[in-house]
Amino acid sequence: MRKSLIAGLAIAGVAVGAIAYADNHVSDAQKEAAVKARKAHMTLYAFNLGTLGAMAKEEMPYDAAAATAAADAIAALAQLPQSGYWLPGTDNQSMEKTRALPAIWADGSDVGTKAGDLVKAAMEMQTAAAMDLDSLKAAMGPLGASCGGCHKSFRQPDE
Amino acid sequence: MKRIILILFIVGCVVATIGLVITRPQRVSAETLAGFTPDADRGKLVYAAMGCASCHMAPGSDDQTRLPGGKAFLTDFGTFYAPNISSDPEHGIGDWTDEQIATAVLRGTSPDNQHYFPVFPYGSYVRANPSDVVDLIAHLRTLEPDQTPSRAHDVGFPFNIRASLGGWKLLFTDPDWIVTQDLTEQEERGRLLVEAMGHCGECHTPRNIFGGMKTDEWLAGAAIPGKKGRTPDLRAPSLEWSAADIVAYLKTGLTPEYDSAGGEMVDVIANTSQLPDSDLSAIAAYLLLIGAS
Repeated sequence: MRKSLIAGLAIAGVAVGAIAYADNHVSDAQKEAAVKARKAHMTLYAFNLGTLGAMAKEEMPYDAAAATAAADAIAALAQLPQSGYWLPGTDNQSMEKTRALPAIWADGSDVGTKAGDLVKAAMEMQTAAAMDLDSLKAAMGPLGASCGGCHKSFRQPDE
Repeated sequence: MKRIILILFIVGCVVATIGLVITRPQRVSAETLAGFTPDADRGKLVYAAMGCASCHMAPGSDDQTRLPGGKAFLTDFGTFYAPNISSDPEHGIGDWTDEQIATAVLRGTSPDNQHYFPVFPYGSYVRANPSDVVDLIAHLRTLEPDQTPSRAHDVGFPFNIRASLGGWKLLFTDPDWIVTQDLTEQEERGRLLVEAMGHCGECHTPRNIFGGMKTDEWLAGAAIPGKKGRTPDLRAPSLEWSAADIVAYLKTGLTPEYDSAGGEMVDVIANTSQLPDSDLSAIAAYLLLIGAS
């Protein structure tokens, strides 16, 4: 568990580190594809959170296998390399159809730490989801909070 | 002619004096706080419900036990900075009496008898229970002192005339409830949490040009001062969330579509997630009444 956590954090760190060094010369089409890709990534988080959330809300019965599958998917998503679609120049001041704030790419941005928090919370959910419903319910709070960790300062509120 | 000017001047002075007397800063008396035993553990929940840390933590901090202030609030009237409310006697509120703290929270009046700017949500806190504030004060006194000096507000004329805030309070604050219909015990608890302690209306209710809340558009969603974007409309027919959805959101920050809270609401969820389920259900019961008539 500890080893995989360190590995996960390392991957998140590399993924985010790569954002800072990514090549700035990309076409508009590439930028639009990047925005689409990260929205798809977010949709996949939401889909899997939906399974866990429905169990936590007792809208569907707790099922360890289904919960584990959803938690595994979230943990895997959190550790995917994402530098390809978090490109500099794809913030909401540079282009339409995104709410990503320039703060993500600004000097001193702690987006890497926040990404690491998500990996950690997702791994805790993996353990909790396999255990029982009460553990799953308790792990929903920190997992949801780790989503908010980035959405607090890095996403423009809805118009 | 001179006589008329003199009479007008005297009448003017009398009117101004009466105005200042009527709108003078109000205080909470020792009797209001008497008879309650302070409970610092309960006070921790009051602290969460009233959301003190969200504004008074250092900018960018998540440490709810440190309250140095410094967070900036951009408004149409100027930029306000949250003050240090740690237990430091020099820079915070460590040497304030219980009455002085309760007076600040419940009446928006400082120890030196000045009106606070309404960026401090006393317009909502005025409806809170003195017993809860007694517990809150006990909790505040357990928090670490912090020596960060408070930063002066950046507010220009005429909004920097604090005496005029007495008139503002008279016009735009009201200790009465917004929702006055007959309520169940649970709905009443929800009303206390939403209308008073949680001060939800401060961000989720639109304001008039003077910055007063448009209470006939209670919780209808509003522009976010100094930033792009709006706070959502919380009225039941617009929101279309179930009680279970509201409870889950206040606990995890996750919406029924499994999007997450963003912006300032993330700090609010950090508070509401500490409250017992019974309180979250009470908030939900209350919110489901809004706009439902």
